Amino acid sequence: MAEFKHKHIIALRDLSKEDIELLISTAESMREINSRDIKKVPTLRGKTIINLFYEASTRTRTSFEIAGKRLSADTVNITTASSSTTKGETLADTALNLLAMKPDIIVMRHSVSGSHYFLANKINCSIINAGDGAHEHPSQGLLDLLTMKDRFGRLDGLKVAIVGDITHSRVARSNIQGLTKLGSKVFLAGPPTMMPPGVEKLGDVTVCTSMNEALQDADVVMMLRIQQERQGKTLMPNAREYSRYFGLNPGNIRLAKPGAMIMHPGPINRGVEMSSSMVDGEQSWILKQVENGVAVRMSMLYHVCGGELE
Amino acid sequence: MNLLIKNGRVIDPSQKIDDTLDLLVENGLVKEIGKKLSAPSGVAVVDAAGKYVVPGLIDMHVHLRDPGLEYKEDIISGTKAAVAGGFTSVCCMPNTKPVIDNKTVASYIINKAKSEGFCNVFPVGSITYGLSGDRMSEMGELKESGCVAVSDDGKPVNNSELMMRALQYAAGMGIMVISHAEELELVGDGVMNEGFTSTELGLKGIPRVAEDIATSRETMLAEYTGTPIHIAHVSTKGSVRIIREAKARGVKVTCETAPHYFTLTDDAVRGYNTNAKMNPPLREADDVAAIKEGLKDGTIDAIATDHAPHHQDEKDVEFNVAMNGIIGLETSLSLSLGLVESGNLTLNQLIEKMSCNPSNILGLNRGTLTIGSVADITLIDPTGEWVVDADKLASKSKNSPWLGQKMTGVAAATIVGGNVMYKR
Amino acid sequence: MADDHTVLMDGAGIKRALTRIAHEVLERNKGVADIVLIGIRSGGVLLAEGIAQQISVIEGWDVPVGAVDITLYRDDCSGQLPHHPVGKTDIPFSLEAKKVVLVDDVLYTGRTIRAAMDALMDFGRPKSIQLAVLIDRGHRELPIRADFVGRNVPTSQKENVQVVFDGLNQPIEVVLEK
Repeated sequence: MAEFKHKHIIALRDLSKEDIELLISTAESMREINSRDIKKVPTLRGKTIINLFYEASTRTRTSFEIAGKRLSADTVNITTASSSTTKGETLADTALNLLAMKPDIIVMRHSVSGSHYFLANKINCSIINAGDGAHEHPSQGLLDLLTMKDRFGRLDGLKVAIVGDITHSRVARSNIQGLTKLGSKVFLAGPPTMMPPGVEKLGDVTVCTSMNEALQDADVVMMLRIQQERQGKTLMPNAREYSRYFGLNPGNIRLAKPGAMIMHPGPINRGVEMSSSMVDGEQSWILKQVENGVAVRMSMLYHVCGGELE
Repeated sequence: MNLLIKNGRVIDPSQKIDDTLDLLVENGLVKEIGKKLSAPSGVAVVDAAGKYVVPGLIDMHVHLRDPGLEYKEDIISGTKAAVAGGFTSVCCMPNTKPVIDNKTVASYIINKAKSEGFCNVFPVGSITYGLSGDRMSEMGELKESGCVAVSDDGKPVNNSELMMRALQYAAGMGIMVISHAEELELVGDGVMNEGFTSTELGLKGIPRVAEDIATSRETMLAEYTGTPIHIAHVSTKGSVRIIREAKARGVKVTCETAPHYFTLTDDAVRGYNTNAKMNPPLREADDVAAIKEGLKDGTIDAIATDHAPHHQDEKDVEFNVAMNGIIGLETSLSLSLGLVESGNLTLNQLIEKMSCNPSNILGLNRGTLTIGSVADITLIDPTGEWVVDADKLASKSKNSPWLGQKMTGVAAATIVGGNVMYKR
Repeated sequence: MADDHTVLMDGAGIKRALTRIAHEVLERNKGVADIVLIGIRSGGVLLAEGIAQQISVIEGWDVPVGAVDITLYRDDCSGQLPHHPVGKTDIPFSLEAKKVVLVDDVLYTGRTIRAAMDALMDFGRPKSIQLAVLIDRGHRELPIRADFVGRNVPTSQKENVQVVFDGLNQPIEVVLEK
């Protein structure tokens, strides 16, 4: 019988194929709870979960909060505007103070890549990564995998196009790690200014020279959010030109397989990375992704509670 | 105290000596070198059989953090670490608080080192006043007060015109300019080398070309003005190539690298190890190979440590927040002897790069065992084994990527001006 | 294997027991009205299907069969959770005012049944819950008893009782492992 032996979930890079499959299959079971009238099971009764968010996030934080509550855990949200250590408390001190309150799980989002590993060395409760810098966003990766599995019944052999700013995207990294471990083929497209060096060495990953090449015969098209405040300076001329060459629209989606899934981790810049007709159209699975988020996060919370020290 | 060092393998590239010889030190100077010297009365005899006896090692690039940042290191602890690592002289960089941009600070360092330090300390003044990057320091007075070079180490002089004028002015004053070669716009808020590892770890990368462009600018400015320049901590294959080509054209450029650039790659950052975070960052395998090649063919003149002590609170934090730099004084000799062990350098070349060349580049008048010279001597036990143990390091700071690792080759004794300042 | 391995029931014996349980369920409840069968994953679900099949043969009526996975309701969660993957609970009908017959393969401490009843309560308010098991091996730790029992087997706590299914999910034997 499959066993989950990790105390923390920080990156899909750290998990095996079997670990990821187990997390997805548990999420599929958890989904049934979300369809009941009484959406609650007593599994994590008496457990305390702290959602420690150093970056604003409505969707992920709410999703983790609901997931914890549906498993009967007590969830507390702490949102800190800045993770600057020059003013105020250091991350280690904050964590040690929280630890004095004896949480079982800390779900953290932090702007610095790898800060969860730093924290894991300091404290003894489980840590779940809700996004760290440009490193990973494992719950998003897992819910994307679950959503693709819902549509195709498998992940093996799928052609998945990921389009946008790969360099700054933790969603892309988690998806690349998860998809390639489960046998999908990943095709990346985006301006060369947003393509990190050596990304093709992360697995079965192809860097395409154009968006059309990535879309060709794709089963899944995943569009990434363009953060104009970040990329606007030197990585691209402006949103208008970006949208023209790297935006998804009714014209270029035809290159993908008929009925190809369209996904986006949100929040969406309508009219920039994809046109509204793509967001709201029949091929869009974006809301299904959000729905799967709760089940996936229930699965993650359940499994870290059962895990042993790595 | 007078000393007779007997039966050691004396290696002095400045005199092309490499033989089993005895060496007599009298009144702080080298008095005699020869076979089977007899000890005059009252002379302490040191048996150096199986050891190398070399001109005292010189680290031309350290941060002693004194004045102002004594919680990281001070002149006493820093020089204690130096002699433990076999160094008889160190050159300390000016990014102290206050900056070494005036006679008062320079004199404070020199006097404190003389009265309380364990080895010679030669301060390096700043190129620009307060490291501001916008106007020149009083280089004439800095030289007069004992500074052996000027540098804004930690950052480049971004303004090319100012850099060119600084080279010309410094040459006029007879003081060497040491450049921290980086193009700041390309460094941006990068925290490690840009490459596959930064891609996988999701850390913002610093492209190698950020260093290459700056190295290129410095060599071109030196070429145009006909003045000397020394490039600090060379880390990329591009820089090595640029400096090699410049030297071939006759440009008066010298350079140094640090042990971490020929022993580690950016793989050391995995696990978000803040003791593998420094500036310039650890590069990739082909850079390491190019650095070794540059050392071998003479492109790289010196090995310096860029000893950069930081308090635990400044390293035991998230990767992006951690300060740049590692300590190096106590590990440099072991790591550098590794280059001899692997056949990259001859022993003679190694001593040149760790003693003779630094002295010649900065005009220190050391790095030699000629009769009558100051008796700065390092005894090296090439087979001595030790473990890098944080509790046993002399430096106040413990930010080393080699903690817990076993090393071979160690200073057996460090003699400064005829006095044994360290003995293993 | 042979020495520490005793067959308690064979396939035919299991079938007879399920048939008898089907009769008893119908007798106790005076027919099939409002009866639903809920099997506990995984063995109980297959046995519930077996009982439903017998009821269908006897009464010509298909009673609804559901499945409950009790992993999320276990009482050993306050410490380390078990590593079990979570199975799917599948009750595609309302339990409101229904006579629920809960089916499990082996009744032992009673903790599984407690968890299953808690799970069922989250789906509504049944009129009653009855318990059917193929084997009752004793050693109860909670005040729980079965209404319908295939066979009572005295065991020691060191032993293990298992219902073995074939590739077609048909019960083929019950074994006692020492």
